[in-house]
Amino acid sequence: MDEFDRLEQVGEVEWLLPQHGRMHVPGRIYADRSTLEQLRREGGEESAWSALRQVKHVASMPGIVSAAIALPDVHPGYGFPIGGVGAFDLADGVAVVGGVGFDINCGVRLLRTPFERARIVREIERVGEDLYQTVPAGLGSSGSLRLSMAEIDRVLEEGAAYVVRRGFGTDADLAYTEEGGRMAGADPAVVSALAKQREFKQVGTLGSGNHYLEVQWVERVIEAEAAAAYGLSEGQVVVAIHTGSRALGHQIGQDSLKELGAASARYGIDLPDQEMVCAPVSSPEGQRYLAAVAAGANCAFANRQVIAHLVRASLERSLGLPADKVETVYDIGHNNAKVETHVVDGVSRRLLVHRKGATRAFGPGREEVPETYRSVGHPILVGGTMGTASYVMCGTARGMERAFGSGIHGAGRALSRKKAAKKYWGADVIATLRRDGIRVWAHDARGAAEEAPGAYKDVDQVVEAAVASGLTRAVARLRPLVVIKG
Amino acid sequence: MTGADAGFVYVDHPADLAVRAWGRTTGEAFAEAARGLFAAMIDVERVAPAEAMCVRLSADSVELLLVDWLAALVAEKDLSGRVFSQFSVDVRLHVHGAELTASAWGESLDRVRHAPRLEVKGITRLGLSVREEAGRWVARYVADV
Repeated sequence: MDEFDRLEQVGEVEWLLPQHGRMHVPGRIYADRSTLEQLRREGGEESAWSALRQVKHVASMPGIVSAAIALPDVHPGYGFPIGGVGAFDLADGVAVVGGVGFDINCGVRLLRTPFERARIVREIERVGEDLYQTVPAGLGSSGSLRLSMAEIDRVLEEGAAYVVRRGFGTDADLAYTEEGGRMAGADPAVVSALAKQREFKQVGTLGSGNHYLEVQWVERVIEAEAAAAYGLSEGQVVVAIHTGSRALGHQIGQDSLKELGAASARYGIDLPDQEMVCAPVSSPEGQRYLAAVAAGANCAFANRQVIAHLVRASLERSLGLPADKVETVYDIGHNNAKVETHVVDGVSRRLLVHRKGATRAFGPGREEVPETYRSVGHPILVGGTMGTASYVMCGTARGMERAFGSGIHGAGRALSRKKAAKKYWGADVIATLRRDGIRVWAHDARGAAEEAPGAYKDVDQVVEAAVASGLTRAVARLRPLVVIKG
Repeated sequence: MTGADAGFVYVDHPADLAVRAWGRTTGEAFAEAARGLFAAMIDVERVAPAEAMCVRLSADSVELLLVDWLAALVAEKDLSGRVFSQFSVDVRLHVHGAELTASAWGESLDRVRHAPRLEVKGITRLGLSVREEAGRWVARYVADV
């Protein structure tokens, strides 16, 4: 029976994949009908990539708790689906490489400025060109910050806190970064020399693909109380940085895939698919993996921190905007595995929560949320496409109960890169956006075609489903003015 | 598959880079798999085969050997700043796994001339296979980009 035929609708945008076969728990999919239809088209019985089959795989892993969850931006990944969440018991559960992926702690930082949109529009050329020249992006780019091997170890252990100490930012940046910009438990000793060597030139670089730096403006405030708490108001200019742990994180992922592949066999874990290699959380291999993930996550925090510093320097040059007027709203990742406390069936438990292409979305009251945001929950930063919109959202009590405090991370692709490159021409995409007042600086025109707005799902529709799910609420809609792509 | 003895194509994948490469031998399929990898990152036609890099690897299976081979090339790109366009691979299969001896020819990345494109983050195990089909060796893999 096709997995799609098993789905039972249990809410407006909530579907249950009942426990069957090797599943230990059911699958819970939050998606509108058009998303489900797309998943069915691209991931039928014959397809090698089915997001629904991946939900089933997650539900089949040892020690999974409650349900394997897919959020409204779900699409096929490797291992977990993108938009996938899986929480595991610390005693019986496993740490899964495919639950984090190669780009460990890839995420978004949002900076707010005191400027209004009109100010940027007047000087858009100067602002964009300076940012493009200042923030290294694209394949083979290298950062201006060169670290010794000993210093790379400090980055791995201390994350953004280390680079702030080196003068790249402020303590306030750390206060508004998930985990304070420093994940506990990181151990540089478990990170391979190869991973560290690959990092050498890449601190403070944006990368390529769907990574970006955007100057945006707050087009609409949807929820006033949360927007006020986040210091956001209509017309205000903000800057979004979307990037991750660069080559170091990628190499940790590649090394771990191999190490946990061997561990899965050693522990006799019956894998539903070879993509799901893992190790018991409590095993030496599992602990080693989590220490490496924490180190990779710290590298991503540090990377976004250095880029934020470069952005401040650039805006000071192009607009005369003092660096201390460019404040961090929040910095949050969407590829991670972290030990967190959650209430399951009325009992408070420590669990290993994997979020793959999913953002932590802790609602009101949690102690992990900065005090100034605690009454509304921390911001969730949802990347859209370069032509449409991005969103700031926030978590809810229902999201804490039903999805381990998780929310969407982006729009999700509607077209493969191959189809997008065939359908769009980079120069045309850039010219069309220019007519709409969006200026794009791209190192790779074909890349711009692959990232064309039409290659992604309608972010408004995805956010609508995320709101309808009750897991998260929309706070503000942001529109791009300047887009820097790798 | 086209009629060519060796080659590669990109297969439609919703988000990442799926490659199908083939050749008359396993080694030739591995060489084409590598060419598909670099063709996604740069314009391989503009990369001069000026310098050679030699690689020796072994793995528990021919599929895992393919992952190790491609991952080694991705890492080398960052370590030495070189990109590659030509590959010669000798793969030996045995009861407990497989091993390869390979050479890759290329030069230092030129960010103008080589027209850099996508950055490959890693080689996944999704849809991974290496097998003989209708007299040709076919390698399939998905790279995270």
